[in-house]
Amino acid sequence: MSNVLVYAEIREGVFKGINAELITAAQSLAKETGGEVQLALVGSDVDAHVGEAQRFDLVRVFVAKHSELAHYSSQGHAMALEAIIERGKPKFVLFGATAMGKDLSARVAAKVGASLFTDCTEVGLKDGNLKVIRPVYSGKVYMETVSKAAIQMCSIRPNIYPPAERRSSSAEVVEIPVALSADAIKGRVTETIKATTGGKDVTESEVIVAGGRALKSGENFAILQKLADVIGGTVGSSRAAVDAGYVPHSTQIGQTGKVVNPKLYFAVGISGAIQHLVGMRTSKVIVAVNKDENAPIFQKADYGIVGDLFEVVPLLTEEFKAMLGK
Amino acid sequence: MKLVALIKNVPDTEAKIKINADGTDIETQGIKFVMNPYDEYAVEQALLIKEQLKDGSTVTVVSLGPDRVMESLRTALAMGADEAIHVSDPAFEGGDSQGNARVLAEVLKPVAPDLVFCGKQGIDFDAAQTPPAVAEYLGLSQALIAVEFKLGGDGKTATVKRRVEGGDEIVTLTLPALVSCEKGLNEPRYASLPGIMKAKKKEIKKIALSSIGLGAGRVGKSAAQSHGQKFHPLPERPPVKMIAGEPKEQAKELVRLLRAEAKII
Repeated sequence: MSNVLVYAEIREGVFKGINAELITAAQSLAKETGGEVQLALVGSDVDAHVGEAQRFDLVRVFVAKHSELAHYSSQGHAMALEAIIERGKPKFVLFGATAMGKDLSARVAAKVGASLFTDCTEVGLKDGNLKVIRPVYSGKVYMETVSKAAIQMCSIRPNIYPPAERRSSSAEVVEIPVALSADAIKGRVTETIKATTGGKDVTESEVIVAGGRALKSGENFAILQKLADVIGGTVGSSRAAVDAGYVPHSTQIGQTGKVVNPKLYFAVGISGAIQHLVGMRTSKVIVAVNKDENAPIFQKADYGIVGDLFEVVPLLTEEFKAMLGK
Repeated sequence: MKLVALIKNVPDTEAKIKINADGTDIETQGIKFVMNPYDEYAVEQALLIKEQLKDGSTVTVVSLGPDRVMESLRTALAMGADEAIHVSDPAFEGGDSQGNARVLAEVLKPVAPDLVFCGKQGIDFDAAQTPPAVAEYLGLSQALIAVEFKLGGDGKTATVKRRVEGGDEIVTLTLPALVSCEKGLNEPRYASLPGIMKAKKKEIKKIALSSIGLGAGRVGKSAAQSHGQKFHPLPERPPVKMIAGEPKEQAKELVRLLRAEAKII
């Protein structure tokens, strides 16, 4: 009867999409253990999200509110979550493998003496304990590991589990008092700056159109943006394109950039160095467009086109437009 | 000001990772180990602050691991760090991130750092877990994945810009604090030849289990909270389907396949 607690990420007043994915993972664990699925809502004005949380099939929604939690703080949110864990007594606690989830989970694990596996791509049970698969060595190999701690935490990558179904449930709402003073919090988020590139972050996107040095300039990335706009994608890049100054580092995919896991990945004018491959090779479908037929990217792709990207990409955009009736 | 950089030693980014015969570990033979690339930004940031303050502030680099980490500690000394600590004891082997963080926190207690810098993650286990755990054990404020760092004029606060999904966050910290570093924070310097010569002569301080306030059961393998570690190769992809023809035909066929075969659009 081990309970499973999901930490709900709320950023800029938005109940993030990862939460529904974590609930799916939690429901599958709880089905095996017979425990409750619980959700933790932490912040100052989280009442607005209670209704949204109750649409999922959960047993309990814990709400920890405090004016000092209006802006995210590692210390403050960790204290609130500790109070929720004390009350809900979960054996398993799930976080998103996001900037916030990674910031919070290790502090909470240290606080309550839990084990923590970060950035997992598969989560299950072995003899009632958390068994996960996580990429290591920059995604060059996978590691399987099993927890033996009393409280077992993990963070799960976005786009691994489908979002849980929404239907109205009768989840009980439990308020958890949090004792916090302003001095207990020595660091907090004081401002959020949206990326000028606009749109979703590459790590949150289901479709990515990534370009390399072969794009030849920052302006030329506009042809990738046009394709991305038509198919609801986000523009990414290789390290070579970032080092050449074409696009900001926030778009970089690979070893010294971000690791992505979209449904569809376009590698345009990217040769496919190992440092890039480790950042995208778990993508469900990979399309490579390159003028060099021997480019290593073709060995990792599902579909390949040898050709001039400046010719092929605009044609693709037109074909997608026609198909999608745009 | 007491500045600390936590560093570790990892396989070079180009290293081919091979799994050993029984799948319990990777083959380390023939692998070149280097300072974790993100830790270079940490060392550089500590040095930049020391140079900015010019008030006798010192930079201490600390590494927990086998003897090979000494090479990275020497590199940091050659870059300009004042002091190096090698945390090493057979009892520390096989520790998990939380256990290692507990050890590092104990080592740092007497150092009483104002600022601790480290890489955003080690590119070996990619857990990104030790830095925030060290911050928790020491009661430090934290800002992870930093791309900009500004020390407040009073020397008691700092403002950090950190990378998050879809943008950046500004985190305001009261020191003491821990900051984990992302590419773009600075340009790590190369060690100068005189720096390398000087570093060779510097002593690297050793800290073993007996010099910290933790029992053997709280560190290393005996405190690790996981077991059954097994490594797997990545699943192979089916062979690529190359689409031939004129560009217009290629585009049309790809879009058709993505809908009809891959069922993705």
